[in-house]
Amino acid sequence: MTDATSQGGARPSGPSTRLTAADSRTKKRNASEKRFRAYGLAAIGTGLFFLVVLLTSIISNGSTAFMQTFIEVPVYLDPEALDPNGNRDPADISKVSTFGYNPLIQNAVFEQVQDKGIATDYEDAGDMKALISASAAAQLRDRVIANPDLIGETVDFQILASSRVDGYLKGRVGRDSITQDRNIDAGHLDIVDALREDGTVHKSFNFAFITGADASESRPEQAGLGVSMLGSFFMMLVVLFLALPIGVAASIYLEEFAPQNKFTDFIEVNISNLAAVPSIVFGILGLAAFIQFAHLPQSAPLVGGLTLTLMTLPTIVISTRASLKAVPPSIRDAALGVGASKMQSVFHHVLPLAMPGILTGTIIGLAQALGETAPLLLIGMVGYIATNYPEGVISGFMSPNSAMPAQIYEWAKRADPAYYERAWGGIIILLVFLLVMNVIAIVLRRKFERRW
Amino acid sequence: MQSVKLAASALAIAAVSASAAAARDNVQVAGSSTVLPYASIVAEAFGENFDFPTPVVESGGSSAGLKRFCEGVGENTIDIANASRAIRAGEVETCAANGVTDIIEVRIGYDGIVFASQQTGPEFTAFEPSDLYNALAEQVLVDGELVANPHTTWADFNGDLPDVEIAAFIPGTKHGTREVFEEKVLLQGCEDTGAMEAMVAGGMSEDDAEDACMAVRTDGKSVDIDGDYTETLARIDSNPNGIGVFGLAFYENNTDKLKVATMSGVQPTTETIAEGEYPVSRPLFFYVKKAHIGVIPGLKEYAEFFVANEIAGPNGPLANYGLVSDPELADTQSKVSNEETMGSNM
Repeated sequence: MTDATSQGGARPSGPSTRLTAADSRTKKRNASEKRFRAYGLAAIGTGLFFLVVLLTSIISNGSTAFMQTFIEVPVYLDPEALDPNGNRDPADISKVSTFGYNPLIQNAVFEQVQDKGIATDYEDAGDMKALISASAAAQLRDRVIANPDLIGETVDFQILASSRVDGYLKGRVGRDSITQDRNIDAGHLDIVDALREDGTVHKSFNFAFITGADASESRPEQAGLGVSMLGSFFMMLVVLFLALPIGVAASIYLEEFAPQNKFTDFIEVNISNLAAVPSIVFGILGLAAFIQFAHLPQSAPLVGGLTLTLMTLPTIVISTRASLKAVPPSIRDAALGVGASKMQSVFHHVLPLAMPGILTGTIIGLAQALGETAPLLLIGMVGYIATNYPEGVISGFMSPNSAMPAQIYEWAKRADPAYYERAWGGIIILLVFLLVMNVIAIVLRRKFERRW
Repeated sequence: MQSVKLAASALAIAAVSASAAAARDNVQVAGSSTVLPYASIVAEAFGENFDFPTPVVESGGSSAGLKRFCEGVGENTIDIANASRAIRAGEVETCAANGVTDIIEVRIGYDGIVFASQQTGPEFTAFEPSDLYNALAEQVLVDGELVANPHTTWADFNGDLPDVEIAAFIPGTKHGTREVFEEKVLLQGCEDTGAMEAMVAGGMSEDDAEDACMAVRTDGKSVDIDGDYTETLARIDSNPNGIGVFGLAFYENNTDKLKVATMSGVQPTTETIAEGEYPVSRPLFFYVKKAHIGVIPGLKEYAEFFVANEIAGPNGPLANYGLVSDPELADTQSKVSNEETMGSNM
């Protein structure tokens, strides 16, 4: 530095002083800038590459979950099996369990096979069990209990095919992969091939995957994400109605009213630290505070929501304070200058101007909470839980339920490979939700944000 | 102002829900992740066939489930604990100290533990307990001397096994499966190889020798898997030489990827386990809080339904999934319907 000034000015000390030809130092600087740009491009390229890999693998693994294999078959509802007393008494009919319905469906499929003249070595209708989902019996039983007059008639049903058959149509199960499989034989696949040609077995869009409830390990073909979606929805309601008011009140106080002293500094440092606390810690806190101490019920979306509120609060406080800070002091001064009280200046002028930023922060916080699994593990929201639709708003908050990410985690753990596909499908739905929330946040920011 | 209203309504919701917490109408179950698939199959069929809501089944491990089970009596505690091992005396004491005195023990059947490797990997088709002991124990007998396990390949100690690096994925210590693996495989192998005798001769007490027999080598050849079998499967998938420990039911659902090995010459199937030929199996249980019967609707019905012939019998959906059905199921059924607690017939 001092040397340069003593030589008088920043003129390059080389022989060439022409402006049109770059000297070696300029070349060096230009080259290093080029290199830096290349590094940046490479970084972005790597990021994009992984994004593409991620999206392709999610979509290629998960999109098959949205299609499902069905079998269309006329089922004869045998009065002898379903209503032995013959008086169509609903109490009698509901005594016949799903196990009583299984033979009817197996017979129906077997008859189809014989009627169509499909050559097969199977001689017993019970062998058709491998083709049919275990959910078919429950579907049939519900229909009969709702309408006992159907007994004695032959009714067309669209039943789910078993997960192995579904896997065969989707290419997940092949003839060589089932040689060791006890659940299905090559003979069954021959039948499937034949029935598929005439349309009895077909794939169609699987609404039940989006709206349905979780299913047990033995019937992945029936499992859906609908109930856990409701669980997530109720949790987000709790988070929104608790974290937003508490977070905004706390930030307004800290930003506008609180004196600057050691105590408020201490609080500020702690809020920033809380935002960085691993989410599983909030799970343990939720277990101890809400379930063990306050005796709220296990697995309830209310508890999940309360726990996620704790996790989301710091995010909301930080973003709210940032947007309050972004409102220029001249606005406050002007309000105070015309005689407004401190509170009037905040609620009439500062808060409305900060609102877009607050809402954006809240939505981002909610999106983060929506995708969170770890705290839910500890408060009993993972397992075979999301099976009953809540009966109303209160039951929505209180009765056991899961959440979308917890349900995906649960599916990924299960033994049957058909659940793996469903886990990926669930990720697609979850990503769509997150994308929508982030787009809303961006639109709000673009539309209402003011710059000074 | 608006935020004040919001906070007030949130408080109101919380208050309403707290009062609703008093009435629970669904059965709550927690415990072993090995029992979870079976419990979920039963819970689903139960919800379909009865007017009660489908029970809630959580996992987390046998010990964790029994711990929650023993927390006390009341609607905010679970009704049933699933376990892949019998309840321990210490746990019964904890239960009793917290007021859970009447416990009904229900054995639902047996589960086999199998050793499997990649379908296309080396020929791991037959094991003896002594092979696994030699491969995985901390101390083994070499030329009559107890030494820290020197084996690096399977062929080091048994020329019939493939000459590949030892890489085993065994359940972590929080799993009930680990206990069975230690007792039925490692301890057995320890006795078979004569290492046990050598240890006792070397001045160890019987108990210490057993503990030493069940110690697993820590040099990275044996990897503890704390997650589920899906994690073990992923490890096997990426390691052609890997051997993994699985439940029979998990293996039967993944026969396209896994190749199972025989143990002492016996192929693991539901039949060989039911007959007691296949050595590595264990009973599965669930424990019912008697004080909750009559308070939680559907609890007794669920327990009875679980052990009914059409569910837990040899042709039921549980056996279909991989459970080895209990030959003494009728005794269990009468035990459940009479609500016999653990103390009453001791």
